[in-house]
Amino acid sequence: MNELAFIPALPLLGFLVLSLGGRSLSRNAVACVGAGSVCIAAGLTITLCVQYLQGGNAARVDEWVAWRWFASGPLAVPVGFRVDALSLVFMFIITFVGALIHLYSTAFMRDDRGYARFFACMNLFVCAMLILVMAGNLVLLYLGWEGVGLCSYLLIGFWYETPANCAAANKAFLITRIGDTALLIGMFLLFRELGTFDIAGILQASPGHFAAASPIITAIALLFLAGGMGKSAQLPLQTWLPDAMAGPSPVSALIHAATMVTAGVYLIARMHVLFQLSPAAMTVTALIGALTLLVAGCSAMVQTDIKRILAYSTISQLGYMFLALGVGAWSAAIFHFFTHAFFKALLFLAAGAVIEALHHEHNVFRMGGLRHRLPIVYWTFLAGAASLAALPLVTAGFFSKDQILGYALSAEDGNAVLWLSGIAGALITAFYSTRLILVVFWGEAKTPVTRVPGRWITVPLIILAFFSITAGFLEWPRDLLDVQLFSGLLRGVLPATTTRYQGEGGAQLTAVIATLAGIFTGFQLYYRRPALLQRWRRGRLTAAGRQFLLDGWKFDVVYDRFIVRPFVYLTRVNRSDLFDSLYGALVRAMQEGNRQLSRTQNGSLRWYAVGVLVGMLYIIALLL
Amino acid sequence: MRSNKKKYMPPVNSHTVLVVAAILFALGLCGVLTRKNVLFILISIEIMLNAAGLAFVAAGAKWRQPDGQAMFLFILAMAAAEVSVGLALVMQIYHQHKTMDVGDLNKLKDE
Repeated sequence: MNELAFIPALPLLGFLVLSLGGRSLSRNAVACVGAGSVCIAAGLTITLCVQYLQGGNAARVDEWVAWRWFASGPLAVPVGFRVDALSLVFMFIITFVGALIHLYSTAFMRDDRGYARFFACMNLFVCAMLILVMAGNLVLLYLGWEGVGLCSYLLIGFWYETPANCAAANKAFLITRIGDTALLIGMFLLFRELGTFDIAGILQASPGHFAAASPIITAIALLFLAGGMGKSAQLPLQTWLPDAMAGPSPVSALIHAATMVTAGVYLIARMHVLFQLSPAAMTVTALIGALTLLVAGCSAMVQTDIKRILAYSTISQLGYMFLALGVGAWSAAIFHFFTHAFFKALLFLAAGAVIEALHHEHNVFRMGGLRHRLPIVYWTFLAGAASLAALPLVTAGFFSKDQILGYALSAEDGNAVLWLSGIAGALITAFYSTRLILVVFWGEAKTPVTRVPGRWITVPLIILAFFSITAGFLEWPRDLLDVQLFSGLLRGVLPATTTRYQGEGGAQLTAVIATLAGIFTGFQLYYRRPALLQRWRRGRLTAAGRQFLLDGWKFDVVYDRFIVRPFVYLTRVNRSDLFDSLYGALVRAMQEGNRQLSRTQNGSLRWYAVGVLVGMLYIIALLL
Repeated sequence: MRSNKKKYMPPVNSHTVLVVAAILFALGLCGVLTRKNVLFILISIEIMLNAAGLAFVAAGAKWRQPDGQAMFLFILAMAAAEVSVGLALVMQIYHQHKTMDVGDLNKLKDE
């Protein structure tokens, strides 16, 4: 038995215990099992990380095959795990941030009826995500991929008594399913070409098998990209994520930070060889990332629900990751995932604490003045928001975002358009982060605080805040300090980015200026001169623009009108099943014929005799 | 008279015999179709069988083959079996339904 097995097995065990015996366990026991399993898994993962770092071998790979899953002809699929540095980064985030979220949940969900159900689903979620990132072949990866989709459905619809929550869960499941289908087709195409599902084998055989930029590799890469777009909520499949806020706050934190939405980033980074072979797919990835970060960022500026603001900012930050993947800055994308996980989990957990303290108030404009009454939440939230805004040099978000922006311009596939959209996104991000802080925590109080969060809620916040500030110091801009620990760790797995030129100074300064300008604008509009905002709100054009952004660029409306409604119309027309009625007519004709013929069987002997006679006469007439 | 001589019997025209057989068969058929009493229907079937037998014998005589008469023996045997089974059935029907009228014996039909 390999120690690798314990990492996904422990949350699975927790899930089994809680789902089978959760009813008969006390709340403390449920909390122990639910949070404990993930905490132990986190401990094991950290031990594994330490081994990696001490070994100093960046290309180290741990493999372990549990058993043979199924075999058919030349296809043999084992339940095999393969852990390298890339998997390890994801495992660390999933278990570590996941454990903090679980600890937070033990207090946050204390009064909920479905306490055991909640932890069962959360444990299964963590387990599925671990399987996804540890899988040694695509089939096992797909198992985790679907498991994540299932758990997100269960958790988004956790409070299922409200129909809106069920609708949100359905939406998340159905829209990600579009991406899943694309991924599945891509996997089949890949198997037809290479005859294997083994990830290492695929990565090794692809450069020799596929001609660069051939149609088939482009198709496969685009299908994988579509899979990633579904799970990672990229344009045009992003509409499920804002609605996914229907779930409890820890669920949002888990979905946005550690699991689910990062699956797409992992998939593309894992299959980077396929993308490198297809420049077209790379360009599409970068463009989708750039578009998504702008579209979602603009929507985040005007939202009024605190969790929706954060949801749109997640989509936007995922857009940065896709942008980085698209220009070939693989380790930069993973680094941004790494820092983003900390500060986004922190923001969601802190938002959950705020919402809970204000008696389930979601509207930011009815909050305010919480700076003094919830000091710990305020300071930690400030750390998270600063990191999200990429405040230069003191936050983790700065280091990762700066790297992405630098590569967007200097990488071989990068160009000025991508870079400019990234800079605009940075400005927007800084603006709405400032707005969030000012509206929620400054100003005068509008809703009384009914509950002050306890220690189990604040301690995870403080730990996450610490990492939101410091996680970035692993990787510095090259011309400031020569520290590249993170990309050094990933060097053995992900290729280094080829750049067109050295020197990032000017671009870096622009990014910093954009961030500061965003913060300044937010400060001006929401603190110094709120009158200007009031005037805009009254103006017809600006109000219409605000409504447009508030509705998420009307994507939902367009989808509803052009996809959902025609489909519903078709199903309504076809309610009695067109083809079924064809066969139904056949059956009715047969029954009618049978009824007519059975009338000849009337029991009269004479009638039968006449029948025989007529028959004989007929035969004789034929013979003659 | 020419008693010492072999009496000359003009051969019966087989055509005539076949006509007789056809008439007999038609009579039997009419009986089967029109009679009400099961017993008479059985008798009518007997007549039809005999008409068929007569036709076989006539045909055998015409082509001077023994097959026609052999076939008549088969028909005879078959008729005996048929009558025995038929009469037994008739008796049972009478016991159970107290009637011999085929018009009333119409229970065996699709409801």
